[in-house]
Amino acid sequence: MLQMKTHYPDATRVETSHRHTLAIIVDNEPGVLARIAGLFSGRGYNIESLTVTETEHEAHISRITIVTNGTDSIIQQIRSQLERLVPVHRVVDLTLTGEAVERELCLVKVVGKGDHRVEAMRLASAFGARTLDATLTSFVYELTGTTDEVERFIKLMTAVGLVEVSRTGVAAMARGAEGIR
Amino acid sequence: MSETMTGAEMVIRALHDQGVEHIFGYPGGAVLPIYDALFHQDKVQHVLVRHEQGAVHAAEGYARSSGKPGVVLVTSGPGATNAITGLADAMMDSIPLVCITGQVPTHLIGTDAFQECDTVGITRHCTKHNYLVKSIEDLPRVLHEAFYVAQNGRPGPVVVDLPKDIQFKTGSYVRPLSNQHKTYRPTVKGDMEHIRAAVELMANAKRPVFYTGGGVVNSGPHAATLLRELVRLTGFPITSTLMGLGAYPASDTQWLGMLGMHGTYEANLAMHECDVMINIGARFDDRITGRLDAFSPFSKRIHVDIDPSSINKTVKVDIPIVGDCAHVLEDMVRLWRQNAHQADKVALKDWWGKIEGWRARNCLGFRNSNETIKPQYAIQRLYELTKDRKTYITTEVGQHQMWAAQYFKFEEPNRWMTSGGHGTMGYGLPAAVGAQLAHPDALVIDIAGEASIQMMLQEMSTALQYNLPIKVFILNNEYMGMVRQWQELLHGGRYSHSYSESLPDFVKLAEAYGGVGIRCDKPGDLDAKILEMINVNRPVIFDCLVDKAENCFPMIPSGKAHNEMLLNDYLGETGADIGSVIDEKGKMLV
Repeated sequence: MLQMKTHYPDATRVETSHRHTLAIIVDNEPGVLARIAGLFSGRGYNIESLTVTETEHEAHISRITIVTNGTDSIIQQIRSQLERLVPVHRVVDLTLTGEAVERELCLVKVVGKGDHRVEAMRLASAFGARTLDATLTSFVYELTGTTDEVERFIKLMTAVGLVEVSRTGVAAMARGAEGIR
Repeated sequence: MSETMTGAEMVIRALHDQGVEHIFGYPGGAVLPIYDALFHQDKVQHVLVRHEQGAVHAAEGYARSSGKPGVVLVTSGPGATNAITGLADAMMDSIPLVCITGQVPTHLIGTDAFQECDTVGITRHCTKHNYLVKSIEDLPRVLHEAFYVAQNGRPGPVVVDLPKDIQFKTGSYVRPLSNQHKTYRPTVKGDMEHIRAAVELMANAKRPVFYTGGGVVNSGPHAATLLRELVRLTGFPITSTLMGLGAYPASDTQWLGMLGMHGTYEANLAMHECDVMINIGARFDDRITGRLDAFSPFSKRIHVDIDPSSINKTVKVDIPIVGDCAHVLEDMVRLWRQNAHQADKVALKDWWGKIEGWRARNCLGFRNSNETIKPQYAIQRLYELTKDRKTYITTEVGQHQMWAAQYFKFEEPNRWMTSGGHGTMGYGLPAAVGAQLAHPDALVIDIAGEASIQMMLQEMSTALQYNLPIKVFILNNEYMGMVRQWQELLHGGRYSHSYSESLPDFVKLAEAYGGVGIRCDKPGDLDAKILEMINVNRPVIFDCLVDKAENCFPMIPSGKAHNEMLLNDYLGETGADIGSVIDEKGKMLV
């Protein structure tokens, strides 16, 4: 059997993939998120994380943060394709502008008694998580941190009675004095 | 001054304010108020098609032949979904269209109402932009903005979905001072540093070639004029994609013919051997590049495109220039003259010598016959007998389309309308209707195949109704010829469902519609019958019975490079095994 993933010879695919965080400034109009999500699925790009909310209410402008991965040329294509969309004002690759500040928030529910419960409290304290809810058998913790920190926290909590996770996805901003509008 | 009127009246008024004279449409429940508004005026002429896909293709033919945006009016549900193929076609070929679709009243949206569909959802991927208008206050702005978006930047289709209750609502209409979208501003002027570097590279080129595309045609007649000036100034050879034919005159000595899968030997080899490639308004489509890792291996590449996403999409370029072709060409011509640039005459002479050698292969040569009409010969005669007239050619999709591109010589832009990117069978007849409407005195010919023509045949009725004397010239080989050709190349000549059975009698069919039917099956009769077709001032279906076995060459087989073309004579006199040409990897490609 033939094993072919792509139309084209493998030689053209020597670049390596990198993780990029894109900030996309858009008009907050109906369907804008569908346009962007549809572009990613239609052209076969990846979305690792997507965060969106209106950031300027008066001007009806939203900021979408997308974490994606791809080769340099794919990332450039993603940017160009996004910029083709009529409601998209601009796309900034925060990974290219230098090390960006990236945070995501997660809510974690753990259920357990005895040693597990004590260990969960210790871990939460070590990560600096806030306790949002507690019962005799459960906790809900809030942790804000980088994606890696959140991943580590969740992984550890799995061992001590994790039952539910809710995550926001990444919010990101470039360091320094310059702002994106 | 604002005026009070209904939403339906606003639609007609906005069209009139935009200078729209003709729209193509089909009525239905959700657009009845607009049809009523049409009834009360005579400024905008409505052309009733027989199928909504036909309306969109007609608008495409109208737009491409006139340079104006095409306008379509269809109803909700099936009206909108029937229009999809046309919209996707216009998206791929960058044709400016505004398509107004009716929608169920706003309070019924989302309830699975009769003839409801999620038009903006469905058309999101096959339009440049789309709108669902939910408030009468937004309507005037959206209507005008739709024209701005369709025409500016890389052109494309725009859908305005208009619920029926909004059509009935009354509001105030003011023509906005500017149609502009509030933020969408495509770059039209190229970066001067890059243009300067490009001109520098061109001046030092030893083996240059211009590779131009539909972007030059879309940029307007001025772009074609500037292109001609630049090509003559430099003395470089020029080739073009299917979509760009006519931007440079085919009769000129610097013209190499079309490039790509069915392009000429000299054009493809020039692309393969060149050291500087100047791409103006083309997008490195896979029909052009063939095998990517072997594409033009020795060249530095300049790429002018209004769409930044076309740059470095599949082929890496050295000097990208984002901008409108006419603007960039103007700068290039000016810089070339200003700096008194001279091409490297000695190198260029060698280069032309090489090209002449490739030309001498006469790759479009074919063995003519006294017995059967060769399809290539039919197109040659059609060209010779129509070249002194103002002729517009549309095509369907398949072998006939490639033969038309190879053997019909285009001297002017906007005279050639074909479905390039989307490859839509059925495009040609309605496109001819649109082109004829835009140019009532011109000769408009749809070069067709007997299979493609049956996909939008009903539009013959439209041609008759509006006295549009289009000519449908069918190269009838009783096969879906291109499918058959690929089955010969890839599937051992097993003609799975690629033959045309139970064909209608096209002469009688033409007569049934009230047109004229002509049949020709002898090479000796061809000229007289073509003249008969041209001289009838009514719609004609010309059933040209051609050699059934003829295939379309030259051809770059799938997975091969430009210098691995198949020529007409590759099988030799005896006929080798055509199925052995494409390897296993190539078979995976389309």
